[in-house]
Amino acid sequence: MWSLLLAFLGGAIFALGLVLSQMADPAKVLNFLDVAGHWDPSLMLVMGGALALTVPGFRLILKQPHPLLDGRFHLPQSAEIDADLVWGSILFGIGWGLVGLCPGPAIVGLVSGAQPIFGFMLTMLIGYRLMDYLQIRRGKA
Amino acid sequence: MTVTEFTPWTALGGGLLIGLSALMMLEFNGRIAGISGIVGKLFTARGEDWWWRAAFVLGMLAGAGGYAVLSPDGLNLHIESSMPLMLAAGFLVGLGARLGRGCTSGHGVCGIGRLSARSLSATAIFMSVAALTVFLSRHVLEL
Repeated sequence: MWSLLLAFLGGAIFALGLVLSQMADPAKVLNFLDVAGHWDPSLMLVMGGALALTVPGFRLILKQPHPLLDGRFHLPQSAEIDADLVWGSILFGIGWGLVGLCPGPAIVGLVSGAQPIFGFMLTMLIGYRLMDYLQIRRGKA
Repeated sequence: MTVTEFTPWTALGGGLLIGLSALMMLEFNGRIAGISGIVGKLFTARGEDWWWRAAFVLGMLAGAGGYAVLSPDGLNLHIESSMPLMLAAGFLVGLGARLGRGCTSGHGVCGIGRLSARSLSATAIFMSVAALTVFLSRHVLEL
């Protein structure tokens, strides 16, 4: 029960961070990526602020034998820089750069009721599930 | 094209909140706050593994909704892309996030937070490719 409450609270704080920093705004993201145009470097500080906490914080947290509300840490197993990682990041980068939306801001944007964001979310989930299926078929679940 | 101004303080404040959320998820639940994985696995996860994901996404909607109601400017989003472009972009983001096992939050905030070379590579690649995509679409093809 507590873990669900914490997850809810974590989600709310995450979303507030996206909105306050305006990373939820596709125009802000596109202007950050547009280094040759009217460049808006704000989002560097979003990442900087987040990393200022996670880099030292994760180090301390992962020294504990297990998290407070779970028997173990659920961490990604792969440390390999393989072709999947490279191709996945390229596809992700093209999509992100085309419209300025990535998964977090897309969820936040649903609240605005804007139809294009619902469209983005729909095809994003279709793409995710399709790749999931292909990866399972390739034995890379 | 909407011109936006450099907003260092709200950017930093928002970034700290995102970092705080990532710390909470790891310290309490032992989970990585990677949004693509959290929402993408809502369709396959079962039991407790489903519930925390659903709670996180609901929390996001509640947090954004609360802000939209309380702030005089609302969410203040500017969407200029056409529906077909949004559909294509969403599809690419979904394929890429699953194939590369992470997105801006999972690799960019949490993975780099763990000093993972894999996540640092992913972030460097998708940021460069995204910047190149914007350069091509805005300054070369002028979409």
